[in-house]
Amino acid sequence: MRLTCPLCGERDRREFYYYGAEDYLHRPGEGASLAEWDSYLHLRDNVAGVVRDLWYHEAGCAQWLVVTRNTVTHEISGVELVAERAK
Amino acid sequence: MPELIAKSALDGRSMNVGGVTLAEVQVGPITSIAVLPGGTKAVAKGLRPLGLSMPEPNSFHERKGARIVWTGREQAFLIGVDCPALEGAAVTDQSDGWTVLALSGPAAVDVLARLVPTDLRLGACPVGRALRTGVNHMNAVILRTGDYAFEIMVFRSMARTAWHELETATHMVAARAGVKI
Ligand SMILES: [Zn+2]
Repeated sequence: MRLTCPLCGERDRREFYYYGAEDYLHRPGEGASLAEWDSYLHLRDNVAGVVRDLWYHEAGCAQWLVVTRNTVTHEISGVELVAERAK
Repeated sequence: MPELIAKSALDGRSMNVGGVTLAEVQVGPITSIAVLPGGTKAVAKGLRPLGLSMPEPNSFHERKGARIVWTGREQAFLIGVDCPALEGAAVTDQSDGWTVLALSGPAAVDVLARLVPTDLRLGACPVGRALRTGVNHMNAVILRTGDYAFEIMVFRSMARTAWHELETATHMVAARAGVKI
């Protein structure tokens, strides 16, 4: 498996660290309900298809990445820098 | 002020096996330049007297003994000269934090192929490339300094481990070359 880091280019999976679903970027704001925190921390869809996950280019440029990947075909259709995503 | 004696991690150690030379090299001052938001123009202006500019990802440039190496998003290392006063960047002295190993010879690329998960063949990695990648489990910055030459920057605390990895791989490549099939 290879990921094309927007900065470093195509790199081997060994250079990356997997964190989890993109959901971790959407932290509930101050005063959020317990249900929202529960959802943020624990509730994930188990998708057969396209998922968006957080990866870290640990042995590379040390950037956090959002990787769009298909769990059925293993196709990787997008790699974006978290730092440069539209807010 | 007493004059303190600077010592490198490996005392300038060097070895040559199977036409591959591995040596610790002294590169002088190393300064990290991390551009602050909105600081691009000010940094460009500050670097201009050196004839250098912030490098594109995966590259380095040299001018009159000064070298600037891409080390990450909006970040570079200035090496070999004292850093001029810079506006628009967080500037930190990294000189004592790194060890630089020079690896050269026609089989140097084969030695690195055993340790580095990135394609370093000349076609994929021409002279002037600077890659942040790994040497086994160590983070490293690898510079393609010549057709048959690399410089490998590792954390100083990892110097002996890096030496051991590279020395072992160099012996393995030399041994493999000696086997007649
Ligand atoms: Zn990267």
